Amino acid sequence: MLLHHFLERTAAQLPGKVALVCEEGPHTYAEVNQRAERLAARLASRGVRRGDRVAIFMPNCTRAVVAIYAALKLGAVFSALNPLTRTEKLGHLLSDLRAACLITHSSLRAVCDGALAQARSVHTCIVADENHADAAATAREDAAIDQDLAAIIYTSGSTGEPKGVMLSHLNMVSAANSVMAYLGYREDDVILCALPLAFSYGLYQVLMAHKVGATVLLERSFTFPKRILEVAAQARATVLPGVPTAFNLLTNLVTPARYDLGCLRIITNAAAALSEEQIRRLRAAFPQATFYSMYGMTECKRVTYLPPEQLDRRPLSVGRGMPNQEHWLVDEAGRRLADGATGELVIRGSHVMRGYWEKPVQSAERLKPGPLAGERVLYSGDIFRSDAEGYLYFVARKDDIIKSRGEKVSPREVENVIYRLPGVLETAVVGVPDAVFGQAVKAFVVLGPGRRYSERDVIGHCGARLESFMVPKYVEFVDGLPKTDNGKIKRQALG
Amino acid sequence: MEAIKPQLEQEAIKAQVRQYIAANFLMGANAAELGDDDSFMGQNVIDSAGVLELIAYLEQTYGIKVDEDEMTADNLDSLNGVGRYLQRKLGGARA
Repeated sequence: MLLHHFLERTAAQLPGKVALVCEEGPHTYAEVNQRAERLAARLASRGVRRGDRVAIFMPNCTRAVVAIYAALKLGAVFSALNPLTRTEKLGHLLSDLRAACLITHSSLRAVCDGALAQARSVHTCIVADENHADAAATAREDAAIDQDLAAIIYTSGSTGEPKGVMLSHLNMVSAANSVMAYLGYREDDVILCALPLAFSYGLYQVLMAHKVGATVLLERSFTFPKRILEVAAQARATVLPGVPTAFNLLTNLVTPARYDLGCLRIITNAAAALSEEQIRRLRAAFPQATFYSMYGMTECKRVTYLPPEQLDRRPLSVGRGMPNQEHWLVDEAGRRLADGATGELVIRGSHVMRGYWEKPVQSAERLKPGPLAGERVLYSGDIFRSDAEGYLYFVARKDDIIKSRGEKVSPREVENVIYRLPGVLETAVVGVPDAVFGQAVKAFVVLGPGRRYSERDVIGHCGARLESFMVPKYVEFVDGLPKTDNGKIKRQALG
Repeated sequence: MEAIKPQLEQEAIKAQVRQYIAANFLMGANAAELGDDDSFMGQNVIDSAGVLELIAYLEQTYGIKVDEDEMTADNLDSLNGVGRYLQRKLGGARA
């Protein structure tokens, strides 16, 4: 099975059912599928081929979903990029992908213009909301097999350079099936997705909904929480996936009890852990819904979920492994540990990525030989503790990744940008506790003699070059940074 | 005369908010032109965390409390929207 068969099969069985509701209105399965066929034909006529990378740089909208399916139908590899990405980084990502095609939105034209000047590989750029000259759909046989790549999803790495996670059709179909096996999405579900499609948690909401014939309400973001609850009430939403930042907005700024959310039956959290207090508030705000606490990573989509009946007993556990997956903890020497121990989580299953795009060294650090000859298992880089019954509790990241606003922030990536300010001698970026965002980004900066910057200068410099969630909230100017004997900056001593 | 005064007040508020947005969200990048009716979200200027910062700024600067029912795109998603909202809010408070 290929990933786009989710849509195609449902379009054949339930053509008139609403697949997506966006700002422009509702779209049926038949319509989304036909639009994807026409865009695929147009991309083919422009020379996009099997295996080519198609970058999709758009806010959440129907056109973005159509673009994803169009790329898949051609056997091309899609990469949905966060619409908050700035020019320079977009150029870098397009070059890294060696993308053949960029599909974007008119609101992002200015960002794309600069980026395209850097990215020579892009031969076709489509502004999806401006040009409607799609070719007529033609009968087509699948070019790809399930071993081929379906997507490349970027994630931050400890090296500071974003890494493209390569996912095959088999990886993504397997992950979707495993997640659906425990969440039990149904044909009559109405899933409110305000998570970006560039984030696998958002992307899979659409894929899984389309597998079962459910309806997705696609919102751009959680920015106006009142709107989210109004949409949920009006459309009788049954599923609400979120991240801690989003749930804080929904429970602190607005009063869910004022909205008629009687249909809401599932709430899920991933990307970062909620505190016990946050879970309590969330359950009080949405008493009608079953709450799923989950843990995953782009490299394999999802790893664990806490069965809802365990929530009162083990509120801080991320649960146990999802179906069709095996996992275990290892010590520093790679030895498998028994339940009750603390160690790095290792994951085995057909959802485990094919590696990082054109990064063999980093791929080899995370994908290592498994129990069967020739197989690779995923070393998560995350340290967990397990209890006597095998339930997992997150301890720390092996490296120093910061989780800000539910997004991964590599300190190195931020530091690399700060280092480009003239006169910066040294900098170290850490996560500091933040009531709303889990962690906030804080930069310590050492300036050369005679240099003067304000906190605002550094934040502005970063804001022009990094996504907003990576921009430091605090900047502290210091005379020096704590070091190890080897001269490496000790991040743990800061913050 | 009476009709002109609120108009001036709204323009002054807009100029102040524009300056705040430019300094805190645009930061020189993508700043080309933010029109008075352009959606902050539509132009990818402000995300969900940004709107919290904007609300905090408005509350501190203008001594108001942004109520739950006022956290809408009509009020908070464009310079004109913010200008109209604040004028209503401040006018109401002073009346």
